Amino acid sequence: MDWVGWAILVVRVAIVFFGLLISVMLYIWMERKVIADMQTRVGPLRAGPRGVLITLADGIKLFFKEGITPTAADHPVYAVAPILAMFPGFLAFCVIPFGTSVTLFGREIPFQLADLNIGILWILAMTSLSVYGVVLAGWSSGSNYPLLGAVRSSAQMISYEVGMGLALVAVLMYSGTLRMSELIAAQDTVWNVIPQFPAFVVFLIGAIAETNRPPFDLAEAESELVAGFHTEYSGIKFAMFYLGEYVSTVTVAAVAVTLFLGGWRGWWPFDGAVAWIGPLLWFVLKITAVIYVLILVRATLPRMRYDRLMNFGWKVLIPFGLVWVMITGVVVVLPQEYGNRGRYIAGAVIVGAAALATLVAPLFSHRPASEAEPGGQPEGREVRA
Amino acid sequence: MIDAPRVELWAILPVLMLFGGGLIALLASGFARRAAQAPFALFTLAALAAAAASALWLWNRETTTALEGMVSIDRLAVVATLALCGIGAFGAYLGFHYFERDDFRRNEFYALLLFALGGMALLVAAADLIVVFLAVEVLSLALYVMTALTFRRGPTEAAMKYFLLGAFASAFLLYGVAMSYGASATTSVQGLARALTGVGGSQPLALVGALLLVVGLGFKVSLVPFHMWTPDVYQGAPSPVTAFMSAATKVAVFVAMVRVLDVAFGSLAWDLAPAIAVLSAGSMILGSVLAIAQRDVKRMLAYSSVAQAGFILSSFVSPEREGIAAALFYLISYSAAVVGAFGVVMLISGGIREQTGFERFRGLGRRQPVLAALLSVFLLSLAGIPPTAGFVAKVLVFGAATSAGYWPLVLIGALASVAGAFFYLRVIALMAMQEPRGVDIADPSPLPRLVLAVPAVTVVVLGIVPGVIVPLLQEAGVLTW
Amino acid sequence: MPLDNVVFWVFAPLSVATAIGMIVVRNAVHAALFLVVNFFTIAVMYLLLDAPFLFAVQIVVYAGAIMVLFLFVIMLLGVDRGDAPGERLLGQRTTAVILAVAIVAELATAIRAGIGFTTRAPGGFDAVNPGGNPSALADVLFRDYFFPFEVTSILLIVAAVAAMVLALRRSKSLSQREIETHAGDDLEAYGLAAPGAPGTVGEPSR
Repeated sequence: MDWVGWAILVVRVAIVFFGLLISVMLYIWMERKVIADMQTRVGPLRAGPRGVLITLADGIKLFFKEGITPTAADHPVYAVAPILAMFPGFLAFCVIPFGTSVTLFGREIPFQLADLNIGILWILAMTSLSVYGVVLAGWSSGSNYPLLGAVRSSAQMISYEVGMGLALVAVLMYSGTLRMSELIAAQDTVWNVIPQFPAFVVFLIGAIAETNRPPFDLAEAESELVAGFHTEYSGIKFAMFYLGEYVSTVTVAAVAVTLFLGGWRGWWPFDGAVAWIGPLLWFVLKITAVIYVLILVRATLPRMRYDRLMNFGWKVLIPFGLVWVMITGVVVVLPQEYGNRGRYIAGAVIVGAAALATLVAPLFSHRPASEAEPGGQPEGREVRA
Repeated sequence: MIDAPRVELWAILPVLMLFGGGLIALLASGFARRAAQAPFALFTLAALAAAAASALWLWNRETTTALEGMVSIDRLAVVATLALCGIGAFGAYLGFHYFERDDFRRNEFYALLLFALGGMALLVAAADLIVVFLAVEVLSLALYVMTALTFRRGPTEAAMKYFLLGAFASAFLLYGVAMSYGASATTSVQGLARALTGVGGSQPLALVGALLLVVGLGFKVSLVPFHMWTPDVYQGAPSPVTAFMSAATKVAVFVAMVRVLDVAFGSLAWDLAPAIAVLSAGSMILGSVLAIAQRDVKRMLAYSSVAQAGFILSSFVSPEREGIAAALFYLISYSAAVVGAFGVVMLISGGIREQTGFERFRGLGRRQPVLAALLSVFLLSLAGIPPTAGFVAKVLVFGAATSAGYWPLVLIGALASVAGAFFYLRVIALMAMQEPRGVDIADPSPLPRLVLAVPAVTVVVLGIVPGVIVPLLQEAGVLTW
Repeated sequence: MPLDNVVFWVFAPLSVATAIGMIVVRNAVHAALFLVVNFFTIAVMYLLLDAPFLFAVQIVVYAGAIMVLFLFVIMLLGVDRGDAPGERLLGQRTTAVILAVAIVAELATAIRAGIGFTTRAPGGFDAVNPGGNPSALADVLFRDYFFPFEVTSILLIVAAVAAMVLALRRSKSLSQREIETHAGDDLEAYGLAAPGAPGTVGEPSR
C-alpha cells in the first residue's frame, strides 16, 4: 500500500468514527423529542434549532464536570471500564457496508471499512465483548448497587446473546454466506425480513437486551438500583458509557438493516458520479426507521421484572430461535436435495411444525411454582405439612 | 456447498442404542422424577440387550473404519462392547437394588449409566484420537455425577476430587492429541500408524504425544503415579457405582490403549515399552504394598485395582500383538471378579451409609455363608489363585511379557502377586476364622445373591476351561489395518 | 518491515506479559482480566496466521462467554478482595517451577528434533482453504469430522444433565424418607435440614 492508500484508510476510519459520533448526537436528540411527543411534552428546545444541539451541550457539560472516583474503587479497572463500554460498538461497525463505493483519485473506495469473510461472526464477537464494560464498571465501583446491576446485566447479556446468535445463524444459513457484501447481494430481489421475519423479531428483541435499552434495562433500573452499573460514575467517564450505549444502538440498527432490510439497497434515479448518494441515503433512512421503532418500544413498554426477563430469554426466545433455525435448515436443504418436490415437502414440514408447536405449547404453559403458591410448601415436603 | 459425508450409522449401532436409551431414560426421568424405578431398570437392561445384540451383529462384518474413518468396525470393539454391556447390566441391577433398598429415588442414575456406557462403547471403537478424547470425556462426566449421586458428604467429596483430577488428566490427553497431530498432521489412528512407519530416526514429538496420551488414559485406569484419586473415589462412591466404574472404565480405556499404543504408535513400540514397563511395575508394587495397609475393604479393593491395572499393562510391553488377547482375558476375568466383589460389599455394608471397615467382615462366614463364599471366590480370582480365572489371566499376561523379553517385569509381577495374595487371603481369613461382632446389618434379600452368583460362576468356569473364550479373544486381538 | 510483523511484535510481548501478569497478580478479578487480554492477543495471532474464523471463535467463546462467566462467579463468590491463599501444598511452587522448566525443555527438544509435520509439509494457505477460511473450515468440520461434531452434542447433554443433577439436590427434590435418613447427619452441610428445624427432629417416621 502506498501513502495515498494509507491516507485514504485513515480518512475512512475517521469518517466512520466521526460519522457515528454525529449520528449518536442526532439520535439522542431524536429519542428525547419522540419520547417528549409521546408524553405530550416539548422536549429539548434551547440549544440549537429545535434543540438539536442538546447532546452537544450535555457532552460539554459532562466534559467539564468533576470526575469522582470512590475511595473503595479499584482504580485501574474503574478507569478502563468506560473505554471498554464504548469501543465494541465502534468496532462492530467496521464490517457494516453503508453504501456502495465511490471512485476517487482513480481508486475505488468501498463504503465499508473491512469486508471480512467472517462478517457476522465479527459482529457477534464484538457484541460479546460489550458486556465487559458493564461488568467491570459495576464491580470496580466498590459499591453494592453497581455490583448488583453488573451481575444482572452479565447474566442478561449472555442469555440474550444466544438468542440473537440463533437469529443470525438462521440468516446466514438462508443466505449461505458470512460476508456482509454477499449478504446484501443475496437480498437483491427480496429483503431477508420477509422470509426471515421470525429471525428478525428474535434479533430485534435480543439486540434491545444486548444494548441494555428499555424495556430490558435491568442493569440500570433506577427504581431498584439507583442507576445500576454506572451509579458511581460521573463527568467524562459517565459520558463514555452514555456514548457507548448509543453507539451500540446505532450499530445494532445498522446490523439489522444490513442483515434483514437489504442494507443500502433502495430506489435511486441518478447514475454516474452521484450514484453513491442514493444507497447512503437509503442506509441512513433505514437505520433511522429501526431506531425510531426502538424508541417507540422504549416509550411504550414498562421495564420487565428480572426473573421474567430471564425466563423469557431462556424458555421462549432461545427455543423459538432453535426451532426457527431448524425450519430454515429444512427450507434451505430440501429444495436442493429434491428439487420442486422438496418445496412442497418443506411447506408441509413448516405447517406440520407449526401445528405441532401449537398443540404442544399448552403443555409447557403452566405457571412457575413460585407464582402458583406463594409461600407454599415446596414439592416433596408436603407430607410434613 | 460441501459434499455430504458418508454416514454409516450401522457401524455404531451399539453406541446409538446406548445413547438413545440414555436420552429416553433422561426424558422419562425428567417427567417422572418420583416414579418407581423398576421400569427404568428394566428399560436400561433392555437397552443393554439391544446394544449387545447389535454388537454381535457386527461380529462378522469386514474389519474396516466407518464415518469418515472415525470409528473402527472390528472384533476387538465387539468383544469389548459385549463385556461393557455385561458389566453395565450388573451395574444397573446393583444400583437398582441399592437405591430401592433405601427408597432413594435417583432415576437419573440409569440415564447416566447408559451415557457412560455409550461413551465407553464409543471409546473401544474409536479410530481417531479426537473421538478417543470425546468418548473419555463423556464417560468421565457421567461417572463424576454417578459418584456424587447420593449427595452425602463422602460421595460428594469423592466426586469433587475425581472431577478436579480428571479434568487435569483430560488436559494431558488433549495435549497428547495435539502433539501427535503435530508429529503426523493427522489425528486418525490409521493415519498416525501410516505416518510414523518407515520414517527413520527417533521421533521425539510423536513420542511425547504418545506418552502424554498414556498419562491421560493411565489416569482413568489408575496407573501409578496417576492413581491418587482411586482409593478416595472408590471408597466414597456408592458401591454399585464403584463396581461399575472399576470394571467398565478399565475395559474401555485399556482397549483404547490397545488401539493407541499397538496401532497408532505401533512403530514406536520399542521406544515406548520401557516407559510402559516402569508404569506397570510401579502400579503392581505400589498397589499391592499399599493395599496391605488398608483397614477398609473398599479401599483395599481400590488399591488392588491399581495393582491389577499394572498387571494388565504388563502385557502391553509385548510389541507383537499376542498381548492383546491376554489383556482382554485379564480384563474380562478382572471385571467379573471386581463387579462381584463390590456387589457383595454393597450387600454387607448395610444401606446408603456404607460401613465397609474390616470389622464388618469379621466372622461373616458364620452369619452370611453365601455372601462370604461369593466374596471369597472373587478375592481368590483377584489374587490369581487356581482354579479361578485370575490365575489363567496372570499366566497369559506374564507369558506375553516374557515373550517380549521383559522377565524382570514378570518377576516383579510374581512378587506383587504374592503380596496381593496376603491381603486378599487376610479378608477371607477374617470372614472364616473369626467370631462375629456387632449387629448384622447385611442385606437379607435373596435375588442379589442369585445375580452375584453369575460372575462367580464366570470366574470359576473361565478358570477351569479358559478355552471357551480364549480363541475368540485371539480372533479379536488380530487388528488388521 | 511488513505490517504483519509490526502487529506481531506489538501483540506477542503483550501476550507474554499478560500471561505472566495473570499468574503474578493476587487479585482474582485482575488475574481474570489479564487472561481476557491474553485471549484477545492470541486471537490477533490467529488473525495474523490467516485464520479469521478461529479469531472470531476465540473472542466469542473465550473472551466473550467463558471469561464473563468466570468474572460472574468471582464476583458472586466475593473472593475478589481477599488475599490469595498462601501455599497450601508444601513445596508446590518449587515443584511447579521445576516441572514448567522441564516441559519447556522437553517441548523445545521435541519441536526442534521433529519440527511439526514430520511427514509432509503443511499445504499453502490458499491450497487448503478453497473458497475462504470459513467455508473451508465448514467443509472439514461437517464432512471429515462430522462424527466428533455430533459426539460433542452428546457430551454437552451429559454435561448439562450432570450439572442439573448436582444442582437439584439442594432444592425440593428430596423425599421425606430421604430427609429422615439424613436428618442431623451431613445434610446440614447443604443447609437442607438444620438440627432442630421443625419436622426433622422427634417426629415419627411414616
